[in-house]
Amino acid sequence: MPATRIAARFEVRYTRLLDAEGKAAGPLPGFARDPAALVALYRAMVLTRTFDAKAIALQRTGRLGTYASSLGQEAVAVGAAAAMAPDDVLVPSFREHGAQLWRGVTLHELFLFWGGDERGNDFAGPREDFPISVPVGSHALHAAGVALAFKLRHEARAALCIFGDGATSKGDVAEAMNFAGVWTLPLVFVINNNGWAISVPRAAQSAAQTLAQKAVAAGIPGEQVDGNDVIAMRAATEAALAKARAGGGAHVIEALTYRLSDHTTADDASRYRSDAEVSQRWAEEPVARLRRHLEGAGLWDKAAEEALLHETAATVEEAASAYLATPAQAPDSMAAFTYAAWPAALAAQRAWFAPAPAGTEG
Amino acid sequence: MAALTLVQSVNLALARAMADDPRVLVLGEDVGIDGGVFRATDGLLARFGPERVLDTPLAELGIAGLAVGLAAQGFRPVAEIQFSGFVYPCIDQIMNHAARLRTRTHGRLSCPMVLRMPAGGGIRAVEHHSECPEAMFAHMPGLRVVVPASPARAYGLLLAAIRDPDPVIFLEPTRLYRAVREEVADDGAALPLDRAFSLRPGADITLIAWGGMVPEALAAAETLAAEGIDAGVIDLATLKPLDMETVLAEVARTGRCVIVQEAPVSGGLGAEVAAGIAERGLDQLLAPIRRLAPPDVVVPAPRLETAYLPDAARIAAAARETMAYT
Ligand SMILES: Cc1ncc(C[n+]2csc(CCOP(=O)(O)OP(=O)(O)O)c2C)c(N)n1
Ligand SMILES: [Mg+2]
Repeated sequence: MPATRIAARFEVRYTRLLDAEGKAAGPLPGFARDPAALVALYRAMVLTRTFDAKAIALQRTGRLGTYASSLGQEAVAVGAAAAMAPDDVLVPSFREHGAQLWRGVTLHELFLFWGGDERGNDFAGPREDFPISVPVGSHALHAAGVALAFKLRHEARAALCIFGDGATSKGDVAEAMNFAGVWTLPLVFVINNNGWAISVPRAAQSAAQTLAQKAVAAGIPGEQVDGNDVIAMRAATEAALAKARAGGGAHVIEALTYRLSDHTTADDASRYRSDAEVSQRWAEEPVARLRRHLEGAGLWDKAAEEALLHETAATVEEAASAYLATPAQAPDSMAAFTYAAWPAALAAQRAWFAPAPAGTEG
Repeated sequence: MAALTLVQSVNLALARAMADDPRVLVLGEDVGIDGGVFRATDGLLARFGPERVLDTPLAELGIAGLAVGLAAQGFRPVAEIQFSGFVYPCIDQIMNHAARLRTRTHGRLSCPMVLRMPAGGGIRAVEHHSECPEAMFAHMPGLRVVVPASPARAYGLLLAAIRDPDPVIFLEPTRLYRAVREEVADDGAALPLDRAFSLRPGADITLIAWGGMVPEALAAAETLAAEGIDAGVIDLATLKPLDMETVLAEVARTGRCVIVQEAPVSGGLGAEVAAGIAERGLDQLLAPIRRLAPPDVVVPAPRLETAYLPDAARIAAAARETMAYT
């Protein structure tokens, strides 16, 4: 017996099913042979991108708050959400508009939220989904709690939690993975690795070769997927969710994508990254990639594209108009949900919401 | 002398402190090449290099804890938390370690660190970006809590905070970052900590404010002056420890006060000021102490923010009511 032996080994698999030209790199999963399924993914990504452009335009003209664009990252959100069952629960970060839309959050609700109106978090559709988490990574633990609830009630459901590469530096995320591993929780983490956390590049965030391997330390499998390949994203997430619902425990998917936009509308990325880097990454972007694949399979053409763009623009414009026409709530609404019922002991505080008496302007 | 905004004064004070003292380090998220999301650390990386200006991984708890270790080792870390809404994970490190390392070791180890962060609302920011956590920190023995309200005071108070031998929480009112310019001399002169600034003498009533509420109180005083009410304004500036002497001296002259607080009313810093006046100044009061602060609600999303924030109009109205008391 040698004095030293290998105590553990690990490998991290990387999967890409469609190359940048949209050509299949190998056999595709079953759903990818269903034209309707592929077109649905494509439509969802185009809708996400159209919403994104409109949100930025509204922000630039002072009609929306600071907004986090998902340009170039649509396949991560849409692919992951498309793998979910309706009664799974999504616990998203703030760049997953595509996942929220897929789950049934409306464009109107998204506009309201980013316009600074909390009614946008009261989703009419996915009632159990969490609102986006602005405090980076803090929601990973909520996903562990949701998954534990499913497990305790013996329900065949899973939670899906998405966060960025920057978030993986936070203790919350390490703690969530640890809970998920030690209790075999039905939970899939998707790391939306877009290469940047505002100005901090991925390499300055962690010395680990991959972020997926953070799963290994928690005793759960981790893998990398091309996050600009919506087919690979959906396939990997579907497999992980199926395993989770069947009692097989948690899984980490590191989706490799790229933030083509500034961090938010308040950011100027030219301060810290070169235009050349960004232009080069356009060649990989997910929407054109799936379109080329659809065209190659004879499922899409110029006319279909024009019709879709027309339809999507109209849908988004209509939602934006409805948002702009929605009056703000009355001031006392800010106290409506502080508690289940506003405490009687604090009743006098509500005088704050009375309209200012006439002639007292300061 | 240059006319600077508050955020430029913060930048100037940081540069000055780093130039004067090689132990001063700046660390935080995006403080390096990006110069901080508000540009408070702009140019520092280029000038002082990556060993003194550290872009950290995204981890607030980590930043606070790292600063404790650096400070115990003789550095003077000035750590930035990108927004005060993200300081909550740091509480473990601040409460259990930074604030009491000196106590626990009987002075063998200490924690001369500054944790700076933008705080307060009024910038129509997305949720979690408009918090006023000052009272929470002011409740922790061993900390100083400082909130500058003008470019010149930001410069002098930040220098004082960095030179102070104990941990200082330095809350920069986001809404004032670019609100006004003021002549600021880069003379390296610190302002005193633990001292309130009487900004405007008043004969009839004293408006007591800090941070983003100070300009509102000054505007209210202007309005009131036009109506024949002579209102004085105090900027508390250091919230822990509180300079009650200045407050009591002013209130003794006017006999009336309005304490203006941006944070929700219950358990706020205003209650501490009110208690101090009640304990030692009650017999000089001509009217009840008035606290003006929003109800105990979560800071609302931007569309309702103006209905939440105290403003000059509300301050003036509260002052008139206090003046009308008989
Ligand atoms: C806890 C916390 N710290 C800081 C911030 C400010 N902030 C917002 S997004 C962000 C970077 C996040 O990077 P990453 O996790 O990679 O997500 P991405 O923005 O790239 O999608 C930072 C620092 C925040 N929202 N929450
Ligand atoms: Mg990122």
